[in-house]
Amino acid sequence: MDILQPGPVTVGTAPSASETTPGLAPEQLRELYSLMASVRFLDTSAVAWQRQGIIPGYAPELGQEAAQVGSAYALDLDCDFAFPTYREMGVARTIGVDMVAYMSTHKATWHGGMYDPQESRLAPIQAVVAGSVLHAVGWAHGQTLQGTPGVALSYFGDGASSQGDVHEAMNFAAVMNAPVVFFIQNNGWAISVPTEKQVAGGSVSARAAGYGMPAIQVDGNDVVAVYEATRRALDHARTGHGPMVVEAMTYRRGPHSTADDPGRYRSLDDERIDAGKDPLERLRKRMLADGIADDDFFAAAHETARSEEEAIRAGIEALGPRPGSEMFEFVFQETTPSLETQANRWREESDHA
Amino acid sequence: MLESTTATLDAAVEYAEVEHLSMQQALNRALDDVLTADPKTLVFGEDCGRLGGVFRITDGLQAKHGDARVFDTPLAESGILGMSVGLAMAGFHPIPEVQFDGFAYPAINQIVCQIARMNYRSRGKLPMPVTLRVPSFGGIRAPEHHGESLEALFAHVPGLKVVSPSDAHDAYHLLKYAASRPDPVIFMEPKSRYWQKGPVDMRDGGTLSGARIVRPGRHLTLVAWGAMVARCLQVAELAAEDGIDVEVLDLRWLKPIDAEALARSVGKTRRAVVVHEAPLTSGLGAEVAQLITQQCFDTLKAPVERVTGFDVPYPSGDLEDEYIPNIDRILLGIQRVLEYRRG
Repeated sequence: MDILQPGPVTVGTAPSASETTPGLAPEQLRELYSLMASVRFLDTSAVAWQRQGIIPGYAPELGQEAAQVGSAYALDLDCDFAFPTYREMGVARTIGVDMVAYMSTHKATWHGGMYDPQESRLAPIQAVVAGSVLHAVGWAHGQTLQGTPGVALSYFGDGASSQGDVHEAMNFAAVMNAPVVFFIQNNGWAISVPTEKQVAGGSVSARAAGYGMPAIQVDGNDVVAVYEATRRALDHARTGHGPMVVEAMTYRRGPHSTADDPGRYRSLDDERIDAGKDPLERLRKRMLADGIADDDFFAAAHETARSEEEAIRAGIEALGPRPGSEMFEFVFQETTPSLETQANRWREESDHA
Repeated sequence: MLESTTATLDAAVEYAEVEHLSMQQALNRALDDVLTADPKTLVFGEDCGRLGGVFRITDGLQAKHGDARVFDTPLAESGILGMSVGLAMAGFHPIPEVQFDGFAYPAINQIVCQIARMNYRSRGKLPMPVTLRVPSFGGIRAPEHHGESLEALFAHVPGLKVVSPSDAHDAYHLLKYAASRPDPVIFMEPKSRYWQKGPVDMRDGGTLSGARIVRPGRHLTLVAWGAMVARCLQVAELAAEDGIDVEVLDLRWLKPIDAEALARSVGKTRRAVVVHEAPLTSGLGAEVAQLITQQCFDTLKAPVERVTGFDVPYPSGDLEDEYIPNIDRILLGIQRVLEYRRG
């Protein structure tokens, strides 16, 4: 297991490494691999969809499959809630969100996606960098007030960690002892700016000490280590010990978005050297070595991923634009006379045209 | 943590029909009633707990309702508003306070990008029943950023509603009304009026949506909100001595604006002056003037006049009387409208 440095950046009441951490069963490891394979295939396909004109844009998460699948796999979907950014497709897939509804945001159907956030246990897709970190803290404090066992899992990146809201969120959470896990995917790049020009102090997790919070920095390309670190952090928060930081060190192997050109700020050689080991290949080798999967399993997993992507692509292609009336319908729960007037005029004028 | 306070929820609230309260007391009573009636309500902000708020609006509420439901937050407005989003997602009805108007600026990102949009972004699945209380406007000789008028800024943001009471009665009832709505409401409290007493009919709030005529008149309509309503009433008394019968319309809701009330009033008086403390350019006076002109163009005797603050940063206390529309400036505005002759 590659949990890096649980020690140096750990303060307060971190769960000790000696705590019983039941290993993952073989079928769970197979499930993790299958999830990562599905996410990888859908992710790389989505870039192709953009090139083919099926969707106008996409933010790839290539290389971050282990960080996303491993962390989301640790959630208890009966009570926990995840707060994504715009790059958490792997989280959505892992917790079973309707993927056509999720990917619809990239079809430009609806900003937050078409899925039901409450039923999906996933907040709407968030385009404001660090926008949802405070929401996770508020939601988590709500669990304390209600006496419910839910933990908020807040996703953000090394770039977002520069935002003031992240400081406010960590401080609020620590002051209120809120059950929230701050899960940072440190993928090395905020569009074109590398982590070393973004994050002072060496890491995001190092900051946790200042808030009196424990932190784990973990190899974000090792899905088992990510799962284990997140599970520990969720347990820590769930058992009344307050917030915790998990920083998954990973690498954004693709561009920031389909509109980005990484060739302007890093070379292919840099990418090869810095990306580290491929998360899928790593788990595959480990499973083969441990004798818990064979070539037939991997072939079947890839075939499932392929047919899944086919179904999602068909769903996305079939997705027409929403009726224009929805622009007006969802502004308020209780609309206003002025908005009704505007909607009526829009209707008349668009009918006329 | 909530159980300890829910026991009091069914206690009957009995009041004399009309009480004489300051706006501060009326707001305090409104919060008390909302906390009593709705176990999902939470009241929080900087110094809102033990201290009872710097204006004492939350005085005694923590002692009565417990520190789980009435609490102090760290001193960070974005945190207060961002946390409100998550609490609303978890099913609560947050009533956060931003201590002074100018302190809303650090929270603008959460107000504009999150609170105002979450219902829309989630296709109505995540309503934001957040009532943000903002002690607003000038007139108390306070430091910088303690006298701002942000109504136009908030009213321009899709997804927000904005209201400002002008007296104790409306303060009591509008706050209870706002807190019971499923959409975010920016509740702008005219801090210079906190200590003015007035009759509050505790049982009957009257109509709580839309504008309210606070003084009927025949010759001209003064449109105002917040602290400017009381000033416009003074102006109306003085104008009456010269035989000018001024109607004063308290707009109350700054979004949505009660366009029909404007048409009814100015349709009758055929003249209008809008008064606000906020700067002139792109202020709500422009919106009000357009709504009047659109609806009353054929009968208007003169262009709608605006008497407002200036396009300057809100000045220091020594100069604020020069900035806020005073009685003389409003009277001069009335005079310009009355003397207008078509060219």
